[in-house]
Amino acid sequence: MTNEVSAQAPLQRAAPTAEKVVLRGLNFYYGKVHALKDVDLSLYEGQVTAFIGPSGCGKSTLLRVLNRMYDLYPGQRAEGEVMLDGENILSPGLDLNLLRSRVGMVFQKPTPFPMTIYENIAFGVRLYEKLPKSELDARVESALRRAALWTEVKDKLNASGLSLSGGQQQRLCIARTVAISPEVILFDEPASALDPISTAKIEELIDELSGDYTIAIVTHNMQQAARVSHYTAFMYLGEMVEFAETNAVFTSPRDKRTQDYVTGRFG
Amino acid sequence: MVDQHTVRAYDKDLDLLERRIAEMGGLAEKMVIDAMDALAAADTALAHQVVSTDPRLDMLQREVEEQAVLTIARRQPVAIDLREIIGAIRVAGDLERVGDLAKNIAKRSVKIGLESRVPRAIVGIKHMNDFALELMKDVLDAYAQRDIERALAVWERDADLDALEDSVFRDLLTHMMEDPRNITFCAHLLFCSKNIERIGDHATNIAETVFYLVTGSTLPTDRPRGRQESDIEADARGES
Repeated sequence: MTNEVSAQAPLQRAAPTAEKVVLRGLNFYYGKVHALKDVDLSLYEGQVTAFIGPSGCGKSTLLRVLNRMYDLYPGQRAEGEVMLDGENILSPGLDLNLLRSRVGMVFQKPTPFPMTIYENIAFGVRLYEKLPKSELDARVESALRRAALWTEVKDKLNASGLSLSGGQQQRLCIARTVAISPEVILFDEPASALDPISTAKIEELIDELSGDYTIAIVTHNMQQAARVSHYTAFMYLGEMVEFAETNAVFTSPRDKRTQDYVTGRFG
Repeated sequence: MVDQHTVRAYDKDLDLLERRIAEMGGLAEKMVIDAMDALAAADTALAHQVVSTDPRLDMLQREVEEQAVLTIARRQPVAIDLREIIGAIRVAGDLERVGDLAKNIAKRSVKIGLESRVPRAIVGIKHMNDFALELMKDVLDAYAQRDIERALAVWERDADLDALEDSVFRDLLTHMMEDPRNITFCAHLLFCSKNIERIGDHATNIAETVFYLVTGSTLPTDRPRGRQESDIEADARGES
């Protein structure tokens, strides 16, 4: 049943929606290495956009630009415009903490803090809000429910986050991200270290979160991109080769390079 | 043509499908030719041979479907590969139907036997059959070469086959009115002409499949059509 629902979802939601994030002429440099070349792209509100392409094509770099993750490293710089609700997030005066509360990120390997399950979520919330205990409890519960983890952990909220399985840890990280109510969630290969069942749970979760959140996902698994996303961007050597509705990219891609990549004819 | 897959066995799977379709196309064409020859020459042995070829065509179609399902399960094809496989399933279905129609004509020629034949009445039917064969041949070439121009030409020419059917219909009516003893034979031929007209429809379907396979988009549903039976009936009732 869930399969059918997810399979139909992209069709139903294909109606154009507002642009949440707009990239215009984005260039990115690792020192002298030109990693992103004049990328133009829109992330649509409440839609899932998948980024695919061979290793080193710039898709993870692009994701790291969207929440200014690269700022943590010297010698890396971005040029161009990345508009989040009309505001350029590349501008120097921007409050990075605020940006990262609006643009959450889930990484390839689950990264729970060495704390209790409860604290893993409460910790992030406390950074942004002062809530009374009862409200904080409610927030933790709703985040865990949102991440489809609540029933599995509700009786052991004081156990260490590290005691969970890989798939559960990843969902804990998603709960942690959701708890601070971001507007955009970035997933960097969120299921590549997980078994097929945990992967399916993460995909189901992404499907449920879409609509409420604008989602960008980088994945090496093309079938996953085809399953979870409404839009797909194919990148190659730092360029945005093709950006279109996922249905179009996987049935009749326009660019030969896209076709060669999605059909497994590359290199 | 497209490059090879990184996984070579994938190319072999797709090649196998294509070879099966080519084999089916050859068989179906031969059945259409032989069925008409059997009808024209009252050659019962040849007619039986057509009927006995049909199971081979059915078996090939089943093989294509199985191979397609396996390939989908194993390789999760997308884009051109997915269209190739869906195309193979569709074309195999059309060719299998063409075989059935040829078989129907062959069976009918056995039923007619040698009794009260009207040689002149066969000329039109034979002409129709040649035309349908040409469409088949062209569309199979279009499929083999992924040639959309050629596929489109078939798609458009099917209207001419419909027009031919119309004139054959009138011709047969004339023969029946001339001499009631012709009625049995001509009535059989009417069914044959319908079968041939359907062969043209399957050629058109294949043309549409080729277009989809190559371009990823579909042809409009309102293809050019010849006169319909309803038009002919309207004529018979004296309407314009």
